[in-house]
Amino acid sequence: MGTQVSLHLRGHRVDTDPAVEPAVAAVFGHLRTADELFSTYRPDSQVSAIRRNELPRDQWHPWVTEVVALCEEARERTDGYFDPWRLPGGFDPSGLVKGWATENAAPHLARLCGYDHYLNAGGDITAHVHTARAPAWRVGVEDPTDPAAFLAILELRTGGLATSGTAARGAHIVDPHTGRHTSNLLSVTVTGPTLLWADVFATAAFARGGNVTRWVSVLAPGYEVAALARAP
Amino acid sequence: MRRIAITFAATVSVVVLLFSYRTSTDQTPVAAGRPLGTGTQPTRTTSPATPATPGSTGGSGTFTGSAADTRYGPVQVQITVAGGKITDAQAVQYPQESGRDVRINSSAVPELNQETLQAQSAQIDTVSGATYTSEGYQQSLQSAIDAAHG
Repeated sequence: MGTQVSLHLRGHRVDTDPAVEPAVAAVFGHLRTADELFSTYRPDSQVSAIRRNELPRDQWHPWVTEVVALCEEARERTDGYFDPWRLPGGFDPSGLVKGWATENAAPHLARLCGYDHYLNAGGDITAHVHTARAPAWRVGVEDPTDPAAFLAILELRTGGLATSGTAARGAHIVDPHTGRHTSNLLSVTVTGPTLLWADVFATAAFARGGNVTRWVSVLAPGYEVAALARAP
Repeated sequence: MRRIAITFAATVSVVVLLFSYRTSTDQTPVAAGRPLGTGTQPTRTTSPATPATPGSTGGSGTFTGSAADTRYGPVQVQITVAGGKITDAQAVQYPQESGRDVRINSSAVPELNQETLQAQSAQIDTVSGATYTSEGYQQSLQSAIDAAHG
């Protein structure tokens, strides 16, 4: 499935301000461009070509070069727990690209004055409020042990929030026969100044397991595990 | 406090579907072979299925989220909003073809409905999470919230 991306703007003149529509269009234009370059499900994307060893480095789009460098940095900063090169099917930066692209798309809203916004790409959220008096955005974090429950309701003003968890397996709830987990965690939600690194550390912490709260706070100052679900 | 924000500030919401993705821990692609961009359609939800009172009042009416594809089938959520608060939430579509789906959903969906109400009484603007059936539910819930603010 594709990821659903929701953009919410909050402000007094949001219905009538003529600057809103082009800014919103620019945000989604940015995301579409990123999708065209990075999707592993588009055979014509640059990442697909790289996975087939068909695209030499000197033909990479500047965004691809940037993302590969960020992937290397992320692998290093996470002690190898985030590693886009060790995935089935070969190099796959998707785990970083979603947060990176979402975060870089949001500045297209900067030309608007007086609005709060959030951009939510499949649960990875970048948010901004424009004054200290503006209310925080309230984010319900799903509880993977009980699809009926939320683990936490977090307030996000300006920064990033990302959740990594049992997405592809879903085994804990729906299929006990395949419920084999490499870590003792079911989901990890990380918040911090940027969505990119919140996303990277949520993914890495989920893969690592153990005392991830301390691990994230040591490796990523300014970031914290804001919600955590452990396997029973 | 949150009510005040909704009362005084209009919200515009826009949705697109992009990015099939995996995380480094996934063994199975999330997209499950689906081509990107097919499935649900929304490019812009400024005109919700049921017209909203403009966002400046927080919205009232019934809003149906777009159908979100999960590996088990489509999930679609409808919410009823009165005075800017969600007063009811129902899954109007959920996977029920196989026995397994029924087992998943007979327990999950009614509770999810209840939880939406509980969550809304705590006032949420958006959702984050990672599991499959509820990912679809969450996506559709998010898009119903989007529609209510559209």
